[in-house]
Amino acid sequence: MNTGSPLLVTRNLQTGYRSGGRKISVSAELPELSVRAGRLICLLGPNGSGKSTLLRTLAGLQPALSGIVEIGGKWGLSSPELARQVSLVLTDRVGGSNLDVRDLVALGRYPWSGWLGVLTATDKAAIGRAIEAADIASLLDRKVHTLSDGESQKVMLARALAQDTPILMLDEPTAHLDLPSRIRLMRLLHQLAREMNKGILLSTHELDLALQVADEVWLLQSAGPLHKGVPEDLVLEGVFEAAFAKEDVTFDRTTGVFRIHPEGARAIGLAGSGIIAFWTRRALQREGFTVVTEEAAASAGVIIKIEEQQGAPVWVMQAGERLTSIAQLLETLNHRHLS
Amino acid sequence: MTEGLRKWRFAGLVLLLFLALLLDLSAGSVRIPLREMVRIFFSSSGGNDTWRFIVEQIRLPKACAAVMAGCGLSVGGLQMQTLFRNPLADPGILGITAGASLGVAAVMLAGGSIATIYAIKELGVTGSWLITVAACTGAGLVMLLVLALSARLRDNVVMLIIGLMLGSVTLAITSIWQYFSNPQDVKEYLLWTFGSLGGVTGMQLFILAVMVLIGLAAAFLSSKMLDALLLGENYARSMGLTVRRARLVIICSTSLLAGSITAFCGPIGFIGLAVPHLARGFFNTASHRILMPACCLIGTILLLLCDSIAQWPGSQTVLPINIVTSLVGAPTVIFLLLRKKNINAYR
Repeated sequence: MNTGSPLLVTRNLQTGYRSGGRKISVSAELPELSVRAGRLICLLGPNGSGKSTLLRTLAGLQPALSGIVEIGGKWGLSSPELARQVSLVLTDRVGGSNLDVRDLVALGRYPWSGWLGVLTATDKAAIGRAIEAADIASLLDRKVHTLSDGESQKVMLARALAQDTPILMLDEPTAHLDLPSRIRLMRLLHQLAREMNKGILLSTHELDLALQVADEVWLLQSAGPLHKGVPEDLVLEGVFEAAFAKEDVTFDRTTGVFRIHPEGARAIGLAGSGIIAFWTRRALQREGFTVVTEEAAASAGVIIKIEEQQGAPVWVMQAGERLTSIAQLLETLNHRHLS
Repeated sequence: MTEGLRKWRFAGLVLLLFLALLLDLSAGSVRIPLREMVRIFFSSSGGNDTWRFIVEQIRLPKACAAVMAGCGLSVGGLQMQTLFRNPLADPGILGITAGASLGVAAVMLAGGSIATIYAIKELGVTGSWLITVAACTGAGLVMLLVLALSARLRDNVVMLIIGLMLGSVTLAITSIWQYFSNPQDVKEYLLWTFGSLGGVTGMQLFILAVMVLIGLAAAFLSSKMLDALLLGENYARSMGLTVRRARLVIICSTSLLAGSITAFCGPIGFIGLAVPHLARGFFNTASHRILMPACCLIGTILLLLCDSIAQWPGSQTVLPINIVTSLVGAPTVIFLLLRKKNINAYR
């Protein structure tokens, strides 16, 4: 992995809008941010925390309120120079006017082609590589407005790849995609960072996917500073928990997921480990139980032991009842609670 | 569409263009046999002098004007539709055409005023020249206003709305002028709004040709920028396009085309709106390097056909060209809307 000089660095950057001479800042002054080759960075944060504004500022689509964005060791690049350094996948809908996928991807060569836009052999090779990397060969003859959201996202990615820049930025690329498409896209981006040695920055709401693929996370909050670091470090330091607690959402550090169900009043003991214990815990939490260790549950009086009988799990209640599925377990618990 | 098929379609259009040109030259109140027509073209003397005069002095300049107006209006329409990403945009959308109308109205309806009479005496221009100069001035002033505003704006949609408002105000001023003018002057002005390809001869034709060529050259050179704008302003910017400069070049080109054509031929509607859609459908592409020449060919063919229809072979009356283009253009647009294939692509 190339950890040489960064492709992009910010200094004293503050993002926001100017409206009628007034500056409306979107985020507090940001720490020094840097994008390195071969690394995938996920920009996380709730709606309205300024993810898009930061991304657009880094990409040069809107001016910074103060501070500088240094790209390739220089700052204040003209837009043709910038276009050879940073390519973008935006949330803007590209509808149309009869545009087909082949022409759309070829448009990625815009910053490199001559004044009439005639493509050279180099351009065609870059387009071919982009089509292969994004796996859209089967879509080439389709009109852009006939594509599904997932296909459209891949095509826009191919266009950005054809632009052949060291930095690639994507604004919420997984929005509107179904789960398999989201996973495939994230996996593809991770591969691109590694294999093509690109610096990739993407904003997303997919925390669990981001935790899996990101080399680095930038976490923006509605109020407060931007936290950055390797995702696992941020989890262990409790940064996620603290950040999302402000949004009234509980992040479970032990499982790495958000908890939809608040802690229940009823404590229950669970003895066991492994995958069966994991899913039992999930079911119990949904039913409003707080799962505690066996010892702590001694006072609560309800302890469930997980045993195995002829290769199948069995849940053993304290009274000796033996239940063979989680459905039965929940039914028994609820029944007992009511009586 | 393959490269080969595209070439065949271009060849077909060129052939169609020659047929339309021939049809237009032979249409008119005086019937001239085809063989005579060929002789007039390929030998410098001989044959019927009256026929020679009709073809060389009347029909040929009119056909030339039709070719230029057909190219210019279609290409202008294509540029506006792409710049504003709006299928209903035409070359007049920024108020340039309305500006030309205001210029003409100012001269015709204020015909009695001292300033105008003085101008005619001093400059020694004929009525027709005066109208052309007035229309050019009107179109030019609106164009300067549009360009000044365009340099200050970041957003193309705001530009579009401002253009529509400018056109609306300009037409309102023209209407006030009409309201306070005597009926004879208003009738003359109305005749001008019917459009005419026949009034452009000699020096005027040369000036029109120069202006249209400059406008077309700028349009062809902006093909690449227009392609980038298909993806919207943000993507265009991210690919290195300076949106403000691109908009300036595109608006300049369209204004020059629409302004000069309206000044010399009067307003001609629907060509600029319908032809870009026909070109997109026929070549099944969005690439402006293909659409530009396609618009030129299809626009010219359509306007020559409209002019031939206006002559109505054998009849003595001539319909105004603006009425014929509307009669032909409106059903074309309705047909496109019903077929939806091309219009839908904008949403």
